[in-house]
Amino acid sequence: MVTDKLTATHQFIEELTKHSGKAFMSATDIGQALRYLEENGIPNNKHEDYKYCNIEAILRKEFKTITGKENDLSIPDLKQNYVIISAYNIYVFNGKLHSDPFDFPEGVSISPINNASTEYLHNHLTKYAPSNGDALIALNTAYADRGMFLHVTKSFNKPIVIHHINSSEGNLFFNVRNLFVIEKNAEAQLVEFHHASNNKYFTNNLTEISVAENAHVNHTIIQDAGAVSYSINTTKVHQQKQSNYTNSCFTFSGALVRNNLSIAVDAEFAEAHLFGLFITKSNQLVDNHTLVDHLKPNCQSNELYKGIVGGKSTAVFNGQIFVEKDAQKTNAYQSSKNILLSDDATVNAKPELEIYANDVKCSHGTSTGKVDENALFYLKARGIGEESAHKLLLQAFAHEVIDQLKSDTIKEKVSELFEQSLQD
Amino acid sequence: MLFVKNLKAEIDGKEILKGINLEVKAGEVHAIMGPNGSGKSTLSAVLAGREDYQVTEGSVSFNGKDLLELSAEYRAREGVFLAFQYPVEIPGVSNINFLRTALNEIRKYKGLPDMEAKDFLALIKEKQKLVELDAKLTGRSVNEGFSGGEKKRNEIFQMAVLEPKLAILDETDSGLDIDALRIVATGVNKLKSKNNATIVITHYQRLLDYIVPDFVHILYNGKIVKSGGKELALEMEEKGYDEIKKEYDTTTV
Repeated sequence: MVTDKLTATHQFIEELTKHSGKAFMSATDIGQALRYLEENGIPNNKHEDYKYCNIEAILRKEFKTITGKENDLSIPDLKQNYVIISAYNIYVFNGKLHSDPFDFPEGVSISPINNASTEYLHNHLTKYAPSNGDALIALNTAYADRGMFLHVTKSFNKPIVIHHINSSEGNLFFNVRNLFVIEKNAEAQLVEFHHASNNKYFTNNLTEISVAENAHVNHTIIQDAGAVSYSINTTKVHQQKQSNYTNSCFTFSGALVRNNLSIAVDAEFAEAHLFGLFITKSNQLVDNHTLVDHLKPNCQSNELYKGIVGGKSTAVFNGQIFVEKDAQKTNAYQSSKNILLSDDATVNAKPELEIYANDVKCSHGTSTGKVDENALFYLKARGIGEESAHKLLLQAFAHEVIDQLKSDTIKEKVSELFEQSLQD
Repeated sequence: MLFVKNLKAEIDGKEILKGINLEVKAGEVHAIMGPNGSGKSTLSAVLAGREDYQVTEGSVSFNGKDLLELSAEYRAREGVFLAFQYPVEIPGVSNINFLRTALNEIRKYKGLPDMEAKDFLALIKEKQKLVELDAKLTGRSVNEGFSGGEKKRNEIFQMAVLEPKLAILDETDSGLDIDALRIVATGVNKLKSKNNATIVITHYQRLLDYIVPDFVHILYNGKIVKSGGKELALEMEEKGYDEIKKEYDTTTV
């Protein structure tokens, strides 16, 4: 079996080598990554972390060839079709930052990652996402040929919306590597918006985020990439003293969406907040793996993931919280709630708490069920029709996750997408 | 307005209603009393359209329509209102959004356009006063964190906004102190007219001091075993249900 898996990995890697652009990671990093891949292969369902998410099989079946030709799109078209008001809009096309200059506030700079100053690349890249733990990270490190570097040194109010748009003729697979560095005392609202596309593609996205002392980062991810998109989104966050990082992840479409979010709370008085909302239908697979690693004392984390799971879809929530020996006085909370809309839908929810400190407050809870029949009857008994009543209850269920968003314009957009996906 | 004929209903194969006959005309107030487990709440649930119960026999006609043919929301749109014994908490749905949706769906059914926002707010304000409901509560999620009394007042508030033809108050007095009881009863009395009717379901006579019934029915073991005027309620209060139990337990054996 092992050899079969490695054969499949070899074949895929051969194909990937042919179609990837110039790598920008250091030769040492690439060498390590390739060795890890060589030894471990691309994960299939025998791998505990990928039990419900057989990446190797998907690549073998759906992405045997990745010879798609990338289309080009002009910036006026993009600006016309994808824009969020009261925000800085930037465009990333097939993983590549559009070259047009953007109008940014002071203290924010964005560039393609291969143009980033080597100082930052050296200080941060692979520090938060080492290759020796996850084959998808290794794959990204070895083959990433595109991505962006975002550097924030001052606070600003309007959100930066990064529109990810993909278009090609034929199948595409690419590795995107991003680095976000938020400097001391800076405050940033970042929104990554993955738009629907009609072509079949697989993206292996990896974003490393450094949140410096007393920096506040509000990071929202909107995944609405359409029925033929496959993506792995690894987000590795490193938090310093008194920093605050909030991740809100909304998944509305995608054939496969695998999110690996991990946050190292690595200095005192830091706070991490994790919110998730996913709506799945037909044969979708949405797999959220989160990890909060409390390394130092006096920190807090709070996590709330909600899913509305319908059709024949499968949803996974795997939430790990580690409280290391030194991390006394940690407060860590986790809750995951799911509503099943059909008998053929599946939810796999697994909280994993590992606590090695003795003076901490931690709790977790998970529930999966149907729409509350009593509430449904109550609404109907007031004249509200079945469909509207259902919708009201699902809106109510999602409300908590959407309402915590900081920016009103993003909140509106997310609500709109949510309502649309209830109707589909 | 309402004709209930030989209504039999069961849940999980267990017969609860064993042949109910009841006629309610516009302008009337009927009280249905009875000991615990006699089928009072089942009757209200069956009339409101709760699907957990299976009607096995009998008919219910409401203003000429076959009520049993209609699902809960259509019954409500036709003018049936159930004030719940245990109002449901619905986190995330604001009271006001809930009521606006309900009111507009009822209006749509009647061929009326949505109510203007301004008119709706005026209506809410007016009806809030009627049941002395704190204005803050209308902005909150439906019944979430409400006290027992606030929940019951919220039921009557909804009734005031939706203006049903037939209101069924299911043990609205349970869990209320005397002041809350008075407020709720005053609200119900103010909403009474010659065009609508009220069925008050209660275990105790207490509520009937405030909402004076035209007819009192004693429900026992799934049947109405005795009917009379308001004095029947006082008689029950005095003697308790034991006599009824004795009498009808022996006759059924």
